[in-house]
Amino acid sequence: MTVAAETGSLTRAITVTVNGEARSAEVENRLLLVHFLRQTLGLTGTHVGCDTTSCGACTVLLDGTPVKSCTVFAVSVEGREVTTVEGLAPAGGLHPVQEGFHEEHGLQCGFCTPGMMLASAALLAENPDPSEEEIRWALSGNICRCTGYQNIVKAVQHAGAKLREGS
Amino acid sequence: MYPARFEYHAPTSVDEALALLERYGDEGKVLAGGQSLIPLMKLRFASPGALVDVNRIQGLDTLEEGPEGLTIGPLVRHRDCERSQTLRGRYGVLADAAPQISDPIVRNLGTVAGSLAHADPQGDWGSALLAAGAEVEATGPSGTRTIGLDDLFQGPFTTSLEPTELVTAVRVPDPGPRAGGTYLKLERKVGDFATVGVAVHVSFANGTVGRAGIALTAVGPRSIRATAAEEALAGATLDDDTIRHAAELAAQAAEPRSDHRGTADYKRSVVRVFTERGLRKAAAAAREEER
Repeated sequence: MTVAAETGSLTRAITVTVNGEARSAEVENRLLLVHFLRQTLGLTGTHVGCDTTSCGACTVLLDGTPVKSCTVFAVSVEGREVTTVEGLAPAGGLHPVQEGFHEEHGLQCGFCTPGMMLASAALLAENPDPSEEEIRWALSGNICRCTGYQNIVKAVQHAGAKLREGS
Repeated sequence: MYPARFEYHAPTSVDEALALLERYGDEGKVLAGGQSLIPLMKLRFASPGALVDVNRIQGLDTLEEGPEGLTIGPLVRHRDCERSQTLRGRYGVLADAAPQISDPIVRNLGTVAGSLAHADPQGDWGSALLAAGAEVEATGPSGTRTIGLDDLFQGPFTTSLEPTELVTAVRVPDPGPRAGGTYLKLERKVGDFATVGVAVHVSFANGTVGRAGIALTAVGPRSIRATAAEEALAGATLDDDTIRHAAELAAQAAEPRSDHRGTADYKRSVVRVFTERGLRKAAAAAREEER
């Protein structure tokens, strides 16, 4: 059977809640979530690193769960909630994870940082007092090519302490 | 990287999904977790004309144990298995494999059934489920059939599934009251594909081995069942000599090739060592389970 005889649409209208706000667009079916965020919506805080599902620089939260946005189609997230680094903190403030990365020098070049912070935020939302091993395990899908892992772990510990204080 | 253009459908029922798969035939592809398919599409190794996204179908994410054994729905993610209490103990081969698949973020989306349908000889679920004696339930236009994993895996990235079929469940038979197992994986770094993986799943009856499942990852064109080793173990007492003999037979069953991850001899040797370790752990786990 030839598909040409069944020409369906190559685009689709989607509405996705991004950082709490409903965003609608007509997108190509093949558009990846990361490009929807960066190009369609102009949210360039989400980075494209390896583009092969390895490095985690493009990590965003999908209904609160970390996913690699270079390996998700935008059309698949219709109706769902996406959080990017731009949505991590309340306006004018810092999320405890951001504060941790700032205080503990958790970044060098900063390229992996948005993904690291979202994966860390998801970990702490589930477990506000993770051990060092649990932190390293949770971040094992995120690569820091500056190899700044020592301080990234400290940053997450700092954020965890802050969150426990607050609760 | 952009995949080639495709049509996209997100059906809300299995019937609707099957109708779409039938309509597109060879051009259609099921999208579940997407963690293998999307990378393939981005690299243009795959360019299906249409994707049938099954994520909107309710009720496909069941992971439950019944009198016959485990049922793993087609939308059960690696993460669900990693966190499942049900898989601990008698299904230890599955519980130990789950957290070793790729990395935690990939595990949030990737599915067990999708891994089987992808049939990567380096995939961990292939051998873990082969050792556990699993079958897939495939539903197509003419109904439902059951395919044992031995028949499912035909070669690298090739299965006996028809393009019009959807995996509607993965079933793992109940291993009996005393069983244990594990999955051992050698990888260069966290999240990498296996250099070698060995899955061991043993049921005991009256102090001897009832059924033994041993399967190997990444040492051949498909997940390999170490049949001779399994036969040597059936009915035997799991003592040192038996374990060493079975491990030697498992190593002989491997068909490794030398590559940047290691030489063929090295990989064969790892199969032997892992099979020994796996059998010792399975025996210990079964004793624990009995208590």
